[in-house]
Amino acid sequence: MTHKILGRIGFLFAALVFVSPVVLFFLWMLSLSLKFEIDNAAYPPVFIPEHFAWSNYVKVFAENNFFRYFWNSLLVTGTATLLALVIGVPAGYGIARLKAQKSAIVIMIARMTPGLSFLIPMFLLFQWMNLIGTLWPQIIIHLVVTVPLVVWIMMGYFETTPIELEEAASIDGATSWQVFRMVALPIAKPGIVVSFILSIIFSWNNFVFGVVLANRETRTLPVAVYNMLSFEQVSWGPLAAAALIVTLPVLILTMFAQKEIVAGLTAGAVKGG
Amino acid sequence: MISTDRAVPSYRLAPNYRPFVMPALIVVCAVIIFPWAFTVWMSANDWTLGQARTFVGAENYINLALDARFWESLWHTIYYTALAVILPLFLGTIAALIFDEQFPLRGFLRGVFVMPMMATPVAIALVWTMMFHPQLGILNYFLSLVGIEAQGWIYDQATVIPSLVIVEVWQWTPLVMLIVLGGLAAVPREPYESAEIDGANGWQKFRYLTLPMIGPFLMIAVIIRTIDALKSFDIIYAMTQGGPGTASETINIYLYNVAFSYYNIGYASAMAIIFFILIVILSFVLLIVRQCTVWSQAGDGK
Repeated sequence: MTHKILGRIGFLFAALVFVSPVVLFFLWMLSLSLKFEIDNAAYPPVFIPEHFAWSNYVKVFAENNFFRYFWNSLLVTGTATLLALVIGVPAGYGIARLKAQKSAIVIMIARMTPGLSFLIPMFLLFQWMNLIGTLWPQIIIHLVVTVPLVVWIMMGYFETTPIELEEAASIDGATSWQVFRMVALPIAKPGIVVSFILSIIFSWNNFVFGVVLANRETRTLPVAVYNMLSFEQVSWGPLAAAALIVTLPVLILTMFAQKEIVAGLTAGAVKGG
Repeated sequence: MISTDRAVPSYRLAPNYRPFVMPALIVVCAVIIFPWAFTVWMSANDWTLGQARTFVGAENYINLALDARFWESLWHTIYYTALAVILPLFLGTIAALIFDEQFPLRGFLRGVFVMPMMATPVAIALVWTMMFHPQLGILNYFLSLVGIEAQGWIYDQATVIPSLVIVEVWQWTPLVMLIVLGGLAAVPREPYESAEIDGANGWQKFRYLTLPMIGPFLMIAVIIRTIDALKSFDIIYAMTQGGPGTASETINIYLYNVAFSYYNIGYASAMAIIFFILIVILSFVLLIVRQCTVWSQAGDGK
């Protein structure tokens, strides 16, 4: 009995060792964001400052147009995710029921391709279509990330939902669309939640598309925070505050939807082989 | 209402699923297939944005083969990828073995552990940049506490790639952990009981029971990690932009520079295609290796 308890404490300790770099990192990020420059430039480093520099956060919003970029991020991520669900959920259903291996391979290849390779031709296309300067290029190109993700997760999910109910419904005379809408879709709700959450996170975090396609007005948050680094004479406090603002929504979502994210990533990953 | 007697068998035999796939097919063609076709065509042209375009056939590919900077970036990519696959694989497997056990706060700690891979890479990269700072960075301070001299980290040509990999490891070890944890969940209990009766120690149980059974999952982790590490862009670009000099310029960063700093669209397209082919070949090699490991394990089981 004591042996078992000791074992558990041992594993707890080992787990803490693994988790500590994560915790320390985020605490240090918070500490940097709440310190005045004098504390951030101090050596040896100050861990908990005497005076908290809440003004760093005010500065980020006041001086860098961050409300605008937050709104841009919301629009791009929201639209790209909703479009991906509208397009991707039925597609995942169709591919699962058709057992269409070839379409699955196309999706797989889309996941393997570096985002940059899409960017060159799409960049030219958007220029010709005169879309640069609006949010549309970013929304459209985010579909490159979100659609395959949603299709992939939903495909895996629909393969596990029972087909018998759907057969019963079609015997009763329901059309394919009605079967999908009334029978398959309600059962698939957990899968939809998972793909929704992951799609939001990956779209929100995306940097490379914005860095090429966004201008001053259409930047998303990751690009905005990166630009602070290059243009402002590096002052750490506001920079860390900005970094925290960008990633906080995702971290909160991760905390609350941990179960779904773990399920989605492992399912998606294991299917990936 | 809708039901007519004739409709029933036809739906039963062949429900029409194709319309469900159509919208996605159109989107995939528009944002994936078309760009690829266009890239192939561009790669056969000498074309810098704002200048005249001339058809040059395979010249871009020949130039690429003779481009020392390309070969150097290829070497950086391989170096970076090898480290960024092996280290998370090793650490992630250990983490999975720990999280597979029962202990207090397990679910909560797992949730915390998973956070880095969901966090915004650019935001993470900025904070790591501050931590790597040679004079004011916290890492050199910690090193000084244990008596190790200050490092140049990402500011030193010799250490820049391993330093970047530290960030990559910090961020992506959890994914390996999750995949392996999935594998461990599927491992049956009985072999362990008989091994204990036979007097096997912990290492033997791991080496001869656990490892072969989670082998396929490790291979999946290797494949996913390899693809992601090859494509890695955000962290490298945000932290060093390929520097100092070109010491951390991977193919992806070089590709970005050629395309969007020099606007040499034709050459960049050729590089994008070669890069993609490399990724595909490597993934297929790994998939084949995976098939082999699955087979050999089936053989071992007898």
